[in-house]
Order: sequence, then C-alpha cells, then structure tokens
Amino acid sequence: MATQLDTSAIGGCGPEAAICTRGVTRDFKAGQNTITVLHGIDLDVQPGELTYLVGESGSGKTTLISIMCGILWPTLGEVKVFGTDIYALGDTELVEFRLRNIGFIFQQYNLIPSIDAASNASVPLIAQGIDRGEARERAIAMLEKLNIGDQAGKLPNQLSGGQQQRVAIARALVHEPRLVVCDEPTAALDAASGRRVMDLLRAVAVAKDRACVIVTHDNRIFDLADRILVLEDGRVTHDGKHMPEGH
Amino acid sequence: MTWIAIRMLTGDAQKFYGIVFGIAFSTLLITQQLTIFVNLIERGASGTYNVPSADVWVMDEVSRTTDVAYPMPSTALDKVRSVPGVEWAVPHLRATASVRSGDGDLEGVSIIGVDDATLIGLPRRMVAGSADVLAQPDSVIIDDVGVTRLFDDGSNPIGARLELNDQRAVIRAIADAIPSFTSQVTLYTKYSQALRYVPGTRNRLSFVLVGAADDVTAQELATRIHAETGLRARTRDEFADDGVQFIIENTGIPLNFGITVALGFIVGVAIVGLTFSLFIRDNIKQFGALKAIGVTNRKIRSMVAAQAGLVGLIGYGLGVLGTVVFIWSFSGDPTFKGFYIPWQIPLISLVAVTVILALTGWLALRNVLRTEPASVFR
Repeated sequence: MATQLDTSAIGGCGPEAAICTRGVTRDFKAGQNTITVLHGIDLDVQPGELTYLVGESGSGKTTLISIMCGILWPTLGEVKVFGTDIYALGDTELVEFRLRNIGFIFQQYNLIPSIDAASNASVPLIAQGIDRGEARERAIAMLEKLNIGDQAGKLPNQLSGGQQQRVAIARALVHEPRLVVCDEPTAALDAASGRRVMDLLRAVAVAKDRACVIVTHDNRIFDLADRILVLEDGRVTHDGKHMPEGH
Repeated sequence: MTWIAIRMLTGDAQKFYGIVFGIAFSTLLITQQLTIFVNLIERGASGTYNVPSADVWVMDEVSRTTDVAYPMPSTALDKVRSVPGVEWAVPHLRATASVRSGDGDLEGVSIIGVDDATLIGLPRRMVAGSADVLAQPDSVIIDDVGVTRLFDDGSNPIGARLELNDQRAVIRAIADAIPSFTSQVTLYTKYSQALRYVPGTRNRLSFVLVGAADDVTAQELATRIHAETGLRARTRDEFADDGVQFIIENTGIPLNFGITVALGFIVGVAIVGLTFSLFIRDNIKQFGALKAIGVTNRKIRSMVAAQAGLVGLIGYGLGVLGTVVFIWSFSGDPTFKGFYIPWQIPLISLVAVTVILALTGWLALRNVLRTEPASVFR
C-alpha cells in the first residue's frame, strides 16, 4: 500500500502526480435506494507507470476509471489529472481537456465502421481542428509505429481483432495525450495477441511524462504491470507490483 | 468532423438510401400533388384566360363563372355600350350541346359564340387554320383537347362534319386553348351561328365582353358598368379568381389534395424518422466514443445536422426532379396541357423537408446527447 494515501490528506496532491484522487465517492440511485459504488478513494498514479485496476465485476473499477478520465462526475471528492482539478472545469473545458490530454482505448474498440483505419486513428486530431490531410499523415505514422501502416486504407471489418485493437491504440495515442486509459484491452484477444498488444502499449503509451491506466481482469497479463490496484466493494484493498496471494 | 459524419451515414448504404428515398418520396408527393392541384384549380379560370383581350366581363347578377352563367336579354349589350369609358363591347355566348361524331359517338361539348364582326372571344393562337374560317357556313373551330377526344384514332379533324344538336357543323380550324376544368370538348363559332346551334330560352346572351378606353382602368370601368346597368361586372383578373374560387368552394379537390400532401409529409416523417433513429441507434457506441474522446455536443449537433442536410439535399433534389420528369412526361396528354410548377411549390416542399429533417434529426439527436460518455466503458 505504498502509494495509498491517508484520506485526511485532501488537497495533498503533488504536482508531479499524473492522477490524484482524494475522497472520491460515487453513488448510484437504484429506485428508492442509493448504492455507493466507490467509498472515498484516495490514490496517486505517477507518470511512467503502467497501472492496472483489477477487481471482480461490480467492484467499481469501471466507475473509478470513468471518474479518473473525466467522463463521470464523482458524488464527492476531487480528481486532479496532471495538476488540473478536472471537475472544477466547465463542461466545455472538461471536454476540451479530455480531447487534448487523454487517450481512450475501449474494449469493443468502437471504431467507425465506414471509414478506414487511418481516418479512424485521426479522429482526435480532426476533432482538434487539425487539417484532415495532416491528421491522416500523423495517423499513418502512428499506425506504422504500431506495425500496421500497410493496413491504413482498410475498413475496420477488413481487419482482424488484433489489428482493430492496434487502430484503437493508434487513435488513443495519435494526439500524444499525457494519460491513456484502457478498458479491458486484451479481453477479445487470444493470449499471444493480448501480450503483443500489451508489449506495444508499454512501448508507446508509457513514458516518463505519460501514464497509462488499464482496467483488466485478464490474469495472463498481470506480470506486465508496474503497479496493480485491486478494488473490492468500492475500496482499494491492494496496491503493489504483483497480485496478492490467493487472487 | 463533418466529413466523418457524412462517411458514417453514407457508409451504411441501406439506411442512407432509405432516408434519401423517404425524403425524395415525400418531396415528390408534396410537390407533384400541389402542382397538379394548383394547375387544376387554375383551369377554373381558363375561360377567362382564353380571352385575353377582354378587360371586363359583364354578366347577370347571379352568374359566377364562365361555366356558371345565367343568360341576359340581348338589350344588356346596348346598355353596356352606352356606359362612358367602354371602348368596345361584344356579345359572348357559352352553352352546352351534344355532338354526334361521324362514327356515331355522342359527346357533351361547350359551345362558345364569339362576336360575328370582330371574332373577339376566340383564343389568340390557332394550332391549324385561322379565325377567318368562321366566315364560311356552318363553321366551327375545335380546341386541341377536343381533337384528342373526338379524333383519338388520329384522323384529320379539319373538314370533319359533326351533328351538333341536330345541326350541321364543319370543323375548319383547331384552336390552341387552355382546357376547361373538366377538359370538355369546346367548339367556337360565330355568335349568330351559336344561337342556331343552341336553341332554347328567350335570353341567351351569357356575357358581354368589354374593352376599356385608355382613360379608364378596368376596375373603374367595372364599377361604373355595375352602377349604371345593375349588371355584374368583373375585371379579367377578378373573374379568373372567381373561377378558381368556385372550384375551391364547390368541389372536394382542396380537401383531397390536402390529405395527400399531408400524407406525403407524414410518410416522410415516418420513413425518415424511423430510419434516422435506427441509424443513430446503431451508431450510438461510436457517438459515445466520440463524446468520451472529446467531441463536444455542439460538434455532435453539427455532425447530425450535416447528415440531415446531405440526405435532405439529395432527397429533395430527386423529389423535385421526379416532379419535373412527371410533368414533362405527361405534357403531351391534353389533361396536363400547360401544366407548370409555380416557384412557390418547390419552396413549400423545401420548407416541408426542412421541417421533417429538423423534427426527425432532433428526435435522433436527443438520444445522442443523452448518451453519457461513460457508457462506452459499460
């Protein structure tokens, strides 16, 4: 529990932390009842770390990662991403912050089926207002870095699952975000493809000024993590380099 | 992002063509039906339009249109001629008769008797022959619609003899006339000859056609004629409107066409709304991903607007083109003779299409805007 902080240290985020949460609590309404999914989570994620969020279904890991990347408001608490209190931003500023600073890799890839791989990878750049030609060039360069430059002109349905995942990775990294969040990136891949994707992610998404947080329960890739956070019932129950005994 | 929005839509060919078809069908139905409606009711004014030289039409107080006229005594002509400002005034007879053609067919026809001396009352242009032929005995001029009705076997009508209310009539020319509302065969002849063809009541003068002097307007002259003679006097434009209004008030046409136009709108909303909603539903994950990545709701709105605009433009263009092709392909049919598309109708269709797209786009957009970015992680 080396980096689990004291819950009383609200506001004690260091400027160097990639992600800093303090007292993050999230409730959901279920009819008349209120269910608390996260109970005052305090944690720091440092740049250069490949961090896994691990836990059973319903443990709160998807909720936590959604809050950490600015797409789900916490009921209570504070979240800073590279020093910016993201939930203190206005709606438009928060969207703009995500566009410039966060890269997303989704479990189902969520590629646009009617545009080719290079165009899919260039979406964040186009959304930033960068010229389509330039955006495409940069996207192809990123695809080449991920060893699928020759597939740039193909539609998603002409690519294998692993190739589609690489296009999704290219889309997450093309605008050089400082934080990359991944949701079950290997869930739909076989063991070998999964490891290749993780090796790739480690190579391109983890740097000393960049952090990568992955939600997973794929035990085939646990050994690749720098840090594993285990969530149980909305609380961090383990924080370490390896999975605890018995998991 | 507009380009991505367009590619998202065109990439799903089935839905893209479905929406375009919906808009095109709706536009076609609205434009074509409104065009036919406007042209059809304008036929109520054809009797007036066919006599462009008359500035004022004078008639009995109860007469309403060229086809609904109560005859006046022949002295009405002298009364009108005595009104100051009347440059000329001529008698005009309109009646119905039965004609038996050479092969024995019976057809109801309109007889129009024009002034013997000046021939005022005839259509301006002739398809074959000239107005002078009325000087010959038993001459009638048939309108071009009549030719297709009475001579549908392609035989030459010029010189053909007809039995008109038991009297001999010889067709010697063909007039280029706007058909009447019922597209009935019309025969033009001299007023004196028409009196012979249409025997009956003591009074048979249907109208007095009047030309206004240079120093008086048609409106002033009509008012003056009514004041001095007690007869109903209408300017050409007023009488044309009377004909149109008569059809609107006395037929179910506006209601029937109105229902069809409304159905066109409803079908458009239904097809486009359903297909657009399906398209959005199928792409909701992609829209959610875009929102998570950092595409603002404003950009999402403009993406959906671009998609709606594209299908709207293509569908509307195809619909209007379809109407033009329809009108053009039926232009040879006398029923559609002279049909045109008034510029207001494509504008009305454009407004209808815009409303359809705004409505369906808004409904579809609501689902996108309601989608939480966090849903992409579920």
